[in-house]
Amino acid sequence: MPLIWIILAVLALGAAGYVLGRKRAVSSAGGDIRILHSLPNYYGMNVFLTAVVPALLVLVVWLLVQPTVIQRQVTQLIPDNDIMESGELSLIMSDVRRVADGLDRAVEQGALSREEARMIRTEFTNIRETLASIGVALGDDVNADVLAAAQRYRALQSAGNTVMAAAVLILAALGLGYAYSRTHKDFRARNTVERAVLSILILASTIAILTTVGIVLSMVLETRDFFHLYPAREFFFGTEWIPSFEGGSHLGLLPLLWGTLYITFIALLVAVPVGLFSAIYLAEYAGRRMRGIAKPMIEVLAGIPTIVYGLFALITVGPMLRDYFAEPLGLGTSSSSVMTAGIVMGIMLIPFVSSLSDDIINAVPQSLRDGSYGLGATQSETVKQVILPAALPGIVGAILLAASRAIGETMIVVMGAGAAATLSLNPFEAMTTVTVKIVGQLTGDTDFSSPEALVAFALGLTLFAITLGLNILALYIVRKYREQYE
Amino acid sequence: MTDASTPVPPKSSLYATSDRVKRRNRSETRFRAYGFAAITVGVLALILLVISIVSNGASAFRQTYITIPVELTEARLDPAGNRDPAEMARVTTFGYAPLLAQALQQHLQGQGISMEGVTPRDLMAMISQEAPAQVRALVLANPEIVGQTVTMEMLAGGRIDGYFKGRVTLESAERDSNVSPAQLLLAERMAEAGLIETRFNWAFITGPDASDQRPEAAGLGIAILGSFYMMIVVLVLALPIGVAASIYLEEFAPQNRFTDAIEVNISNLAAVPSIVFGILGLAIFINFAGLPQSAPIVGGLVLTLMTLPTIIIATRASLRAVPPSIRDAALGLGASKMQSVFHHVLPLAAPGILTGTIIGLAQALGETAPLLLIGMVAFVREFPDAPPEGFFDPTSALPVQVYNWTQRSDPAFVERASGATIVLLVFLLFMNAMAVILRRRFERRW
Repeated sequence: MPLIWIILAVLALGAAGYVLGRKRAVSSAGGDIRILHSLPNYYGMNVFLTAVVPALLVLVVWLLVQPTVIQRQVTQLIPDNDIMESGELSLIMSDVRRVADGLDRAVEQGALSREEARMIRTEFTNIRETLASIGVALGDDVNADVLAAAQRYRALQSAGNTVMAAAVLILAALGLGYAYSRTHKDFRARNTVERAVLSILILASTIAILTTVGIVLSMVLETRDFFHLYPAREFFFGTEWIPSFEGGSHLGLLPLLWGTLYITFIALLVAVPVGLFSAIYLAEYAGRRMRGIAKPMIEVLAGIPTIVYGLFALITVGPMLRDYFAEPLGLGTSSSSVMTAGIVMGIMLIPFVSSLSDDIINAVPQSLRDGSYGLGATQSETVKQVILPAALPGIVGAILLAASRAIGETMIVVMGAGAAATLSLNPFEAMTTVTVKIVGQLTGDTDFSSPEALVAFALGLTLFAITLGLNILALYIVRKYREQYE
Repeated sequence: MTDASTPVPPKSSLYATSDRVKRRNRSETRFRAYGFAAITVGVLALILLVISIVSNGASAFRQTYITIPVELTEARLDPAGNRDPAEMARVTTFGYAPLLAQALQQHLQGQGISMEGVTPRDLMAMISQEAPAQVRALVLANPEIVGQTVTMEMLAGGRIDGYFKGRVTLESAERDSNVSPAQLLLAERMAEAGLIETRFNWAFITGPDASDQRPEAAGLGIAILGSFYMMIVVLVLALPIGVAASIYLEEFAPQNRFTDAIEVNISNLAAVPSIVFGILGLAIFINFAGLPQSAPIVGGLVLTLMTLPTIIIATRASLRAVPPSIRDAALGLGASKMQSVFHHVLPLAAPGILTGTIIGLAQALGETAPLLLIGMVAFVREFPDAPPEGFFDPTSALPVQVYNWTQRSDPAFVERASGATIVLLVFLLFMNAMAVILRRRFERRW
């Protein structure tokens, strides 16, 4: 029974429960709903929730656990010498799964009858050809062990699915019956339903915690594997990045970190003055109309996806910098460079710096300004000597947040900075960053047991740690400063 | 009589500005100019960006077609002569190509257009490699047209298309091994005879992607559909979860460690680099849970986790904006806390929640980096099925398609990538405009 039907059946049971429960409650009160403890709908809702929620929970857990259990059962069937031959248990298992799915599909399409699929033997039929004819490509000929495992896999899978469907439906029916039997005019249905709703709300809000745990776990586990294969010392202090999938790679973090920080530095060099001055101008000088036009224009920059900035770097800024600066000055011939990525990223960060600074400047109390004007200061003197010092912690926080954005930015550097890991000072040279290498090592077909792929997780963890640190620092500074004036 | 007749000039006057004041005023003007310059830089950057994308990409919406009558010879296309599509499918596109070449050559001769300097091989190269496949699909769909002479509209090759759009010139053709000036001149003559025309290209928006060799046939259909599927997944998951989480945190949560932990997590997740979410998706959804690569469901899940903080922050703000008097009134009339929230506060906060959701979706639509890691870069030519099965089929996504095209060598893909970016920006503009309109229309000031 396909999954969608199980879910629909459970929901249908729940809906029936809703109607029945409501009816029973009303009739237990003799048709006078004023005698009921709760509104009639709550009785129906109670039956619905008792029928549906446990059943669906069991369904989800079952779906998560079943593959692991079947995997363990089937793995035992594969002899050790097969594993020695192909080197990797996971490769055989993926073959097993392909064969099993292929046989299922053959039955579905009518290429094989149910009986034939069960009795198929490697001695009599060329399974690879049979499956190829229905569009399932196998890398190797199927040997008897794999076929046996595949047949076991199919048997377990279909048995598992049947038991699951039965268990879920029975549970739903039981829930319905239990809640229905409890439905009575004095039953506190509203309280029960509200408790259930509250727990759903709590569950939803724990997703944030689960996500963080998921992020940290997924990276920490793989990073630990990586450090088993590659010394941590060389990763953190190595100055060379030369991955090679044949082994003997040098995977040093330093050139990537240098590229990341260099590009971030240039981006901030563009974004901080422009963003800060725009914020000051908008907050202190601009008239209503000017503010009404310029502020949204600058904020539009924040809504543009980074891929668009990347394209801008690739087709416009990069060639322009190369033709008018790098080549005439003899500094390089590459259109992707630290400068390209840095400038474009700087443009991306302008609205970020300016809107944060705008908030912070507006939060400086008017009394400070009035005091300064009263002493005869000009507007710019007030800004420079009163407002900026007062807003400084907040602005530093904003700059740190912008820096963390720049460090984690991916698409602009992937398309604008290049892929060469070098430790160089020339801003017109192509350099690479941590994020570029994460994308590089993890896109395409990767073998997740090699250090060259696993290093991406270590890079990701490093990136996560750096940006998290910067964010916490920035939020701490901003919050501390806010308290000053509140 | 000492100084009375010659008064000492006053050291300063209120009427004349002193040097110091002048200096201060100058510095004031300068400071103001810096501010104005900064704004100008920001606005100019925006304008330059838009001009760069539009000027590069506008031509992607137009395409050059060659229209000629083609005789669909029965001997070649249906040797058995029984019009059985299954048997006719054995004739591959290689069987159709000579047919088109022949038809083009004959037609040119018939029209008296000279083919000076163009070999039959070069002539074939002027038609897109996609054209035989299109003709084949047409024939297999309508077997009865075999044996007739049908007027066909075929895609012109990428270089010929580029010539009519000004990307390829006679000078650049000299240096290009894929096209010769003679071909371009012939194309010019054909255009004069009305055989070649450039017009709006729906296939760019609806068609599937094409391989490296045929930029002229590459379209966005699958990418748009994939992005749309992902947005559905994000909407269905992120909106209820985000609203539920916000209601709990804003209305019910007690002040304790657990609540603090959730709050800290949400504000941190909002600042985690997007690529880290990609790593999460790869490790958990694909490697651990075994979901298929390149599937909209995985992309949707990853984008959901990314969008949640945005939606939660927006929802909480709009819940907070509902005045406490509403809650008090509901409670005073005997509603339970839950009823007051669901029956009164939530409906009043709905416009704000919707606006936040649309902005979150717009963000998710433009996100690229995490999708690269979950295999969305794969070359996909098959349209996905209808949902829900389609959620598990491989697709592409709009921003990833842009990235994909920039990685290909043929310069014609730059035009395609910019065109795709225009489509993406139009979608975003539309969504943001909708958010602004919703806010203007329904926002309530208490």
